[in-house]
Amino acid sequence: MIVDKIKKREVQTVKNKKSKVDIPIGKWLKCEKCGEILYKEAVTNNLNICPNCGYYFRMHIDKRLDLIIDQGTYERFNLDIETTNPLNLEDYPKKLKTLREKTGLKEAVACGTGNINGEKVVICIMDSGFLMGSMGVVVGEKITYSIEQAIKQKLPLVIFSVSGGARMQEGIISLMQMAKTTSALTKLDKAGLLYISVLTDPTYGGVTASFASLGDIILAEPKAMIGFAGQRVIEQTIGEALPQGFQTAEFLLEHGFIDKIVERKDLKDTIYKLIQFHKGGEK
Amino acid sequence: MPNLKLSAWEIVEIARNPKRKTALDYINRIFDDFIELHGDRKFKDDKAIVCGLARIEKQNFTIIAEQKGRTTKENIERNFGMPNPESYRKAIRFMKQAEKFKRPVVTFIDTKGAYPGIGAEERGQGEAIAKSMFEMAKLEVPVISIVIGEGSSGGALAIGVANKVFMLENAIYSILSPEGYSSILWKDSSKYKEAAEKMKLTAKDLYDLKVIDKIIKEPQKDGEVDFEKLANNLKKEIVNAINELKNLEPKKIVQNRYEKFRNMGEYIKL
Ligand SMILES: [Zn+2]
Repeated sequence: MIVDKIKKREVQTVKNKKSKVDIPIGKWLKCEKCGEILYKEAVTNNLNICPNCGYYFRMHIDKRLDLIIDQGTYERFNLDIETTNPLNLEDYPKKLKTLREKTGLKEAVACGTGNINGEKVVICIMDSGFLMGSMGVVVGEKITYSIEQAIKQKLPLVIFSVSGGARMQEGIISLMQMAKTTSALTKLDKAGLLYISVLTDPTYGGVTASFASLGDIILAEPKAMIGFAGQRVIEQTIGEALPQGFQTAEFLLEHGFIDKIVERKDLKDTIYKLIQFHKGGEK
Repeated sequence: MPNLKLSAWEIVEIARNPKRKTALDYINRIFDDFIELHGDRKFKDDKAIVCGLARIEKQNFTIIAEQKGRTTKENIERNFGMPNPESYRKAIRFMKQAEKFKRPVVTFIDTKGAYPGIGAEERGQGEAIAKSMFEMAKLEVPVISIVIGEGSSGGALAIGVANKVFMLENAIYSILSPEGYSSILWKDSSKYKEAAEKMKLTAKDLYDLKVIDKIIKEPQKDGEVDFEKLANNLKKEIVNAINELKNLEPKKIVQNRYEKFRNMGEYIKL
């Protein structure tokens, strides 16, 4: 359930590295879409959007928090857990350790409470930089715990998804996290609480086929790639090329699977506004 | 006990063997008066999942089953047992009726996965699977799922959120196929045998991981599976499970299922 689309992008990056332009590490980056060499700070100051073509770069959890949550209000849940490595893969624990050091993240999702224009919410933010945002037991447990906290504290739940799907390295246990998170959402639903699911590029596989598709309201960033099956798998199965725009946020909107596409700069205010419309449903 | 000698890959091959009994073989052998009912009432009748009503003595059941074909013609009709979103929406329709008429639900899992196609994506494959699990988790009637062949990916789990999950001795249940696993994780699709060993997809592995509740033996006779004996045993297990669950209050039935999936996967507290 890991996305092939991602691989394609990696291939492009490798090609880019072969170009003659010598890019000093750290200060510059190349737009994956238009190929323009960009001053990193110019991108950061532009909500991680390419100033040249408008391409949405993926966001680190910390940046997403800055964008969505009022400054100084985020309180992470005290839930520090680690996988038991259920398939006993030799290199998996090492890989996790390296990623933690490299990204400064503990896992592929951060969860806690925080305010959106003064409205307190439970917020979960996934990060594609950590094993493609894949869901193993830690991600599944943290999402489930967050849903339970939303019920306990009678708060709206906001989840920003970005994920290749269930995490291969934990096998069937990852698959079961789909049922775990989904079951927890039935209780949130019963409690009359709002769940806003925000889909960002890319959201696929077991995450699309569980909590990401179960929001009362489902928002997406423009041109985000969203689907169940990866594009290469579909191409191989049907033996033909895929139509233009297939599995984009715009495609999903047209087919009735998301409520609204919202530009990055408007996300916070839109979520705030939606929360206002949902007050009084709590049981 | 010939199974002790089988490798995980050999079990994969048994689980996929086109001659292996399919869901309808079990349904017709175990239940009385099975009547198939069709359609999702939204788009079409997708034939990779069969739904219907059946009885064992005086107990009514709702049946939801992933159905593979045996011949090429059957397989085309059944889409090789790979459900489109309509199959899951049909399943949801029957789950809700099961609750309304207080019938326990029995699901049979046997699929390579939900179908990866253009139409399937257009019609929300991910949403259909998520909704199927969501509705299943809420059902106030007992649910039993039986993995009879290949239980692969979300396409299998979509109808697997049950109070009791049984699995045939030589069935498999996994995050995806060993071929897909080796190609994604090791970038090498030829290492599928190694992947099968690593993935913990056999009934014994899954029992140890507490993903399934019971292994249903596949007794042998003259070098083949003794289907009569197997079906009789499975029938007994279904009846026992229903007798255990049916007198619980509806809320307790939901809670029983909830706790099972809430506790899926162990982790270490730091
Ligand atoms: Zn650009």
